[in-house]
Amino acid sequence: MKRKRPPRPVEPLERACVPWLLACALATGAPHVGHLPSWLGLLAGAAIGLRAWLWQRERPLPPRWALALVVAAASAGVYFQYRTLFGRDPGVALLVLFVALKPLEMHGRRDAIVVVMLGFFLLLTHYFYSQSIPTGLWLLAAATLQTATLLRIFGGRQPLPEIVRYAGVLLLQATPFMLVLFLLFPRITGPLWGLPQDAHAGSSGLPETIAPGTISNLVLNGNIAFRVRFAGPPPDNARLYWRGPVMDEFDGLRWRPAQLGRLEAATIEHRGGTIAYETTLEPHNQRWLLALDAPRTIPEQAFISGRLQAIAFEPVRLRSRFAFTSSLDYRASPAAETRALLAAALRLPTAGNPRARALAAEWKARHASVQAIVAEALLMFGREQFGYTLQPPLLGDDPVDQFLFETKRGFCEHYASAFVFLMRAAGIPARVVAGYQGGELNPVDGYLVVRQSDAHAWAEVWQEGVGWQRVDPTAATAPSRIERGIASALPESDALPMMARLDIGWLRQLRYRWDAINNAWNQWVLGYNPERQREMLSRLGLDDIDWRGMTALLAVLCAAALLVVTLWTLAQRPRLDPAQRAWLRFCARLARLGVPRHAWEGPLDYAARVAAARPEFGKAARSAAAAYAATRYGGEDDDAVGRLRAATRKLPYRWRPA
Amino acid sequence: MAAFARLRRWLFRFGRDERVPIVLTQRRIFILPTAVGIAYAAVLCVMLVGAVNYNLSLGHALVFLLVGLGLVTMVHTFRNLAGLAITPGRAEPVFAGDVARFPLHLANARRERRCALQFRFAGNATAIASVPATGKAQVNVPYATQRRGRLDPGRITLEASYPLGFFRAWSYPHPVFSCLVYPRPEMRPLPPPTPVTDPGLARGAGGHEDFAGLRLRQPADSPRHIAWKAVARNVEAYPLLVKHFAGGAGEELWLDWQLTADEEDAETRLSVLAGWVLAAEAAQLAYGLALPGLTLTPACGTAHRDACLEALALYGHETETTAAPR
Repeated sequence: MKRKRPPRPVEPLERACVPWLLACALATGAPHVGHLPSWLGLLAGAAIGLRAWLWQRERPLPPRWALALVVAAASAGVYFQYRTLFGRDPGVALLVLFVALKPLEMHGRRDAIVVVMLGFFLLLTHYFYSQSIPTGLWLLAAATLQTATLLRIFGGRQPLPEIVRYAGVLLLQATPFMLVLFLLFPRITGPLWGLPQDAHAGSSGLPETIAPGTISNLVLNGNIAFRVRFAGPPPDNARLYWRGPVMDEFDGLRWRPAQLGRLEAATIEHRGGTIAYETTLEPHNQRWLLALDAPRTIPEQAFISGRLQAIAFEPVRLRSRFAFTSSLDYRASPAAETRALLAAALRLPTAGNPRARALAAEWKARHASVQAIVAEALLMFGREQFGYTLQPPLLGDDPVDQFLFETKRGFCEHYASAFVFLMRAAGIPARVVAGYQGGELNPVDGYLVVRQSDAHAWAEVWQEGVGWQRVDPTAATAPSRIERGIASALPESDALPMMARLDIGWLRQLRYRWDAINNAWNQWVLGYNPERQREMLSRLGLDDIDWRGMTALLAVLCAAALLVVTLWTLAQRPRLDPAQRAWLRFCARLARLGVPRHAWEGPLDYAARVAAARPEFGKAARSAAAAYAATRYGGEDDDAVGRLRAATRKLPYRWRPA
Repeated sequence: MAAFARLRRWLFRFGRDERVPIVLTQRRIFILPTAVGIAYAAVLCVMLVGAVNYNLSLGHALVFLLVGLGLVTMVHTFRNLAGLAITPGRAEPVFAGDVARFPLHLANARRERRCALQFRFAGNATAIASVPATGKAQVNVPYATQRRGRLDPGRITLEASYPLGFFRAWSYPHPVFSCLVYPRPEMRPLPPPTPVTDPGLARGAGGHEDFAGLRLRQPADSPRHIAWKAVARNVEAYPLLVKHFAGGAGEELWLDWQLTADEEDAETRLSVLAGWVLAAEAAQLAYGLALPGLTLTPACGTAHRDACLEALALYGHETETTAAPR
């Protein structure tokens, strides 16, 4: 006896729902336009505009075959743009395309649901590109819009503020679940499978090779490179040299690290105390971790290279935290086996820059010690009219000669490379080190912020018996660069990102605050990884909790939250007016005394029956009924409720048989 | 199959609700995810995998917020029905084949409105109602009738997927309802009046004194007696009516079961009689109804008409009722 189910009829979509859905498509698709090919953005916008126009004019929707044609053509366009249909960017492009085109074939409620669900998915894809606070707020607003749209679809016509308010209430009640899940959901690090090729596009940082101009380009970038929190008071600005790539090969134009194979770690003699700090590195897609001078303890996922860098095993592709201790007072000499390193630090191209070579040869003849030659060079930079600028003149075939003897205008990479050239020409092993210098302490949260504009290049020379020593020739020319930061060292005419200019007081305060908020967001929301989770749980006294425990706790807390929401929503009783409350209380009291009121009984009839059945309560009942009747039918009577309450008090609380 | 039916009956607590108002307590509200809800869950799963794979902290937060939204929606969907008080009203009689409307009075004691409540009898169209906050509303639940008799429409399916459509909450209120379904009227010309057999009352045929209503014209009638106004009112059904004067004539219009002997089955005969009742009432004639075992003396007026139609509706099964399918 199988009853055949009739096919469910297509539930029609109300005309008034269409603008809601178009708004959803717009809100979830529009933020992607910035990283989509422009033709796709235009097509999506045109599709939504066309749908709005058709809606307004009450015209029929275009035929299906036409839409299929557009979808096929646009998908082909996406394929030609990216050479694939898979991966992050083409996937997002296709999703945007679908969410914009689907309203053009939106006939029933089902189609509308598809638009909303696509929208939910699109919301997630925004985070591929930005996880900043404004993005978060925008997406919260978009999620509210999506919820409101569903409310409109399933709830029929309602006043607009009502819908928006209800959507807000729903999301607000969802927040406790979000918090519990966010804190306790067992976090898994790393990708579940290989990420597409384009997953980490667009991170910036120090380049792997340095030529005149590379760092000055980076300095124009106001982005944050990393943040540092010191365990104790931060050292002077002048001592903050964050080591990045170390370059010991020069081809006459650019510097790069020499390919020397595996190097033994340098032997470091630490003197004085160490400082502990934690850096939060923005992804730069490179392996160096930018520790302070001589790292002593480094994170597990890294090692100390023969060139004294902290190097990660994997390129840094996500914002990550690293804990270090370093000593600023140290002596570093290469291990005995790495003479190759010193040999590389002496190599120069066979020809070119004759004047610099001559000068170096003269110094070498004049001075016996390395110290004296270094001092001579620094003296030259300080004495002669060298200028520090972001806009140095172009250099030709012999860049060192031209810089030292003609233009005398340059940025840190010019000074560092000229200095190292001179040292090598004088027979002293030397190398160029790139990294960041200084940083800006945010007084609001105590983090030191290092920006790309703090990028710097300096030199190191090797001295028998002493080891590698840092020499910063820029300091000889523009000492304020090292002591107070880049903005104070450059002439006013040089363009710098606004972030690096610190002239306006209140603006600076505002920026500090905003930056502190952003940092807290990065540390606690975006950087909430398994380690942070463990840290958080141990702060709550849950030290040895594994994923099973977390899941159980999660379930319990979610159930508790659900219970609270359930009670809160179900326990809402109507607000009775005082007279009715007093009357109901009176009736309840009488019911306990054995004379319940019948549902159909009016107050006066009830009182009469009470008086007949239980004469001892008759007086109170008549008085209460009269008072209640007066409030209901007698117009204004301020005292009636009082009389009603007085009558209630006259009844015994519980009937005791005599 | 029988066990399944028993399980269903136990699970859904089928049974008539004798007490009014019917208050939907949590024991009688059922809730399951809809296809939309399942699709939503699937989308969330994919989103979670994406967020984990790309290590998107905010992605996690978004997915968790949406999970919370789903859970909260479950409570709200349930709450949309919980505590609703339903009082059945009186259904107006209809003719077989017409749609009977069963009124339900809905009372909402909560300070939130209840939205998009869908009421339906099995196999019938859906009526949608919303109840304002701490307010009342009425909904007429349609039932397409087929046969005459006293109709018990059975239980109502009340369902709602408001607010977000992820869940469907439903309940089976079964108010004590009944509706009289008259036979489908068959429009035929009225039968001729029959002379009164009681000689004591006879005062000669074709009186001219007191106007006593209208009847169908017969060839012998004077054209002066044609009731043009009445004809104009209802020209399609009744070709020509003449004014009928009592006073002298001992004639009465009897709508008699016997007069329909040509028809093949009892239902058609009842239909013809129902049509006659309507025609006679429209013509403002005094008419009597004679059924086997039941006679209603001639009279006129709405009450008389309803009594006649009721007798026709219940003919043959006064006590039993036409049960609703299922």
